[in-house]
Amino acid sequence: MIPELGHFSLILAFCLSIILGTLPIIGAHRNNLLWMSLARPLTAGVFVFLAICIAILAYSFAVDDFSVQFVAQHSNTTLPTHFKLTAVWGGHEGSFLLWTFMLSAWMLAVAIFSKSMPIDFVARVLGVLGFLICGYILFMLATSNPFARIVPLPPVNGADLNTALQDFAFIIHPPTLYMGYVGFSVVFAFAIAALLSGKLDSAWARWSRPWANAAWAILTVGIALGSWWAYYELGWGGYWGWDPVENPPLISWLFGTALIHSLAVTEKRGVFKSWTVLLAILAFSGSLFGTFITRSGLLTSVHAFASDPARGFFILAILGITVGGSLLLYAFRAPLMKSEVGFELLSREIFILTNNVILVVAAASVFLGTVFPMAYQALTGDLLSIGPPYFNAVFLPLMALLVFFLGIGPISRWKRTSLSYLIQQLTKVAIASVALGIVIPLIVLLEFSLVATTAITLAAWISLSMIKDVLSKISNKSGLMQGFRALSLSYYGMQLAHFGMAVMLIGVAMASGFGSEKSVLLSPGQSIDLGDYLFTYNGSKSVTGPNYIAQEAEMSVMHGDKALENLYPQNRVYLATRTPSTEMAIDAGFTRDLFVTLGEEKENNALSMTLYVKPFIRWVWLGSIFMALGGLVAAGDKRYRRLRRRQTEKAAMAGKAINATEPGLQAGS
Amino acid sequence: MKPHRRKKLGIIIFITVGLSLAIGLTVFALRQNINMFYTPTQVADGEVLVGEHFRIGGMVKQGSLEEDQQSLKVKFITTDFVSDVPVQYEGILPDLFREGQGLVAEGVIDSTGIFQASRVLAKHDENYMSQEVKAALDAAGSSTEDHTAVVRESLTRNLPEN
Repeated sequence: MIPELGHFSLILAFCLSIILGTLPIIGAHRNNLLWMSLARPLTAGVFVFLAICIAILAYSFAVDDFSVQFVAQHSNTTLPTHFKLTAVWGGHEGSFLLWTFMLSAWMLAVAIFSKSMPIDFVARVLGVLGFLICGYILFMLATSNPFARIVPLPPVNGADLNTALQDFAFIIHPPTLYMGYVGFSVVFAFAIAALLSGKLDSAWARWSRPWANAAWAILTVGIALGSWWAYYELGWGGYWGWDPVENPPLISWLFGTALIHSLAVTEKRGVFKSWTVLLAILAFSGSLFGTFITRSGLLTSVHAFASDPARGFFILAILGITVGGSLLLYAFRAPLMKSEVGFELLSREIFILTNNVILVVAAASVFLGTVFPMAYQALTGDLLSIGPPYFNAVFLPLMALLVFFLGIGPISRWKRTSLSYLIQQLTKVAIASVALGIVIPLIVLLEFSLVATTAITLAAWISLSMIKDVLSKISNKSGLMQGFRALSLSYYGMQLAHFGMAVMLIGVAMASGFGSEKSVLLSPGQSIDLGDYLFTYNGSKSVTGPNYIAQEAEMSVMHGDKALENLYPQNRVYLATRTPSTEMAIDAGFTRDLFVTLGEEKENNALSMTLYVKPFIRWVWLGSIFMALGGLVAAGDKRYRRLRRRQTEKAAMAGKAINATEPGLQAGS
Repeated sequence: MKPHRRKKLGIIIFITVGLSLAIGLTVFALRQNINMFYTPTQVADGEVLVGEHFRIGGMVKQGSLEEDQQSLKVKFITTDFVSDVPVQYEGILPDLFREGQGLVAEGVIDSTGIFQASRVLAKHDENYMSQEVKAALDAAGSSTEDHTAVVRESLTRNLPEN
């Protein structure tokens, strides 16, 4: 009975979303205030009914209702409760429900935090999102109902959650990733609403900026969590494998990064309007493309859900309708978008355009490497794979180039920057960066290394030009504190995110350039050297977990004369599915990680294992945290709210919405 | 030329040069890094050159796994139930590597006809048949359904005693 309530509430959400996807948009077109004002309550309704769906599915997991097919496939009585509840997104149907629910949560947020936008714009935004969510819910009802029952004979016990997913990161990674992913739908809806209304000034860019920044920041966290998880749990030994399912979020992220920069130009300067709209469409298409790839059964991966051609076809249809429709609309409306002002060949606009070109090319190269094997197979029937060397060879040089321009962009000025100004500002920075890049590796590693020199030079280039910029911005203020206070939150957000890039760059370069690993066979009492560390295998014992049994090895580690903490890697066998799984042991540190994974036990209790030393690996995630914080800080800039308030007052007085021009509140703009 | 035309031309040239560079780099990298996939039958028929880097996919033949007790060397036979290809690997096999299970390995074939694997991939889910393995079995004309039962059985049998 309870699961049927979930099904009914899904159907109700569908009905509401049909109305939401049509009436408010028509109302906005005909200037019918009643129809437009339906958008907010309908959004709340869709959200509530989808929340009920999620709650009921979680309840079915909690009470082990194995008559529900999805529960029977992804849970087991022995599964710990926190995994039972989160097993909601342990498979295709439930995770798509979560995805849809996340979208409704974003929609609700738009409905609540849009008091200052004109009602016709809000109606169009929510209408577009309603149309989208209507497609998603129809997809669930038609092909992947999470509440489908097994009748007449439900199994006594469930098949259990995939053991690779039984981990803390599984609780937080999928929701965060989806939250970021679907966040771009909001920016997409803003862009489409602007296209529909025909009012293609920079107002829509200002309204959507905080949303774009927030979605981008959350997506950054989601991807970083996935990378952290892959690193420590799945035993891929790396934080990034260029796996065909890791790539689509990255493609979205790259488009999103281009988008938040381009939005800034559109909002502040009123140029690149059509390009920004196109990027909003692309970032959104990237997220749909990712859904299509993971759920159509095209891929072989830990992320790939059970394949079903009908699902793939359905998502392809959604992809075709939304992306095709929006591109068509774009083609009709793009000629209406005219730049308000000009700019010179050497200006911040051009540097941001360069950033956009590099990011889009990087996204395209990742896309090519991801779909090429699939397209090749579809055309010729032969199978091939494209490995990480391709992605590294293309992606890394592009990122180096990006970082080069990243150092110049924030220092350059809008509209026109003279070359001599840039040279005067950056000569010392460039010299200092190269000097640091050469000297630091020589001191630390006692040898010259191109990888380390390049990485440190680029990281120093970002950091030093940032310091230079901050110093010159506050130099004309009377006091240091006053100077710092005069800078806007969005400026701090930008610098924080850029600094995150420098930190991540060091992490990536050091971990890939100077990491070491060794696979060995050790008997109890035997030791082995790796880097500056001495690993000793002390023996193993059996341990029992809540739903698994394991063999646990004890490793002691010496660094010079100093004993470090012991490591306890495990070989687990999960009882419900009898699946083996290795749990690696990690000694995490600020400048290096040590970790051990186990293989099989051989004669004389000798145990095979792989040992890793990964320098600066934590910096990869530390960098992403800075980036995400930067995005959130920028999204929280008072400027947006203040502007809105002023605008609403004006609008109230004038009786219509006025598109305020940029008052130049941000320092240096 | 008018200034705004010149600017536009500048931007277009800039984008074109950047794009061609990127495309050139991409195509070059792509050509260097494609791994073709072959089935054991294709390998046995000599479709692959000695020293060519490629992927092979099939089932691990029952009873073929030989593990050296003094080192990390392993030998096994991969099969599509028509032809067999011996595989050598030094390292730790993935969690889900089992006799009778599907696998994909990356490496080169040496002059003695042995596949020297540099990487062995197993699937993440025991219910899931890798597309590559499935293709290999389909190509060899053996039905995958028959083997799913074998796979399940072998999984249960290989369970540790404790």
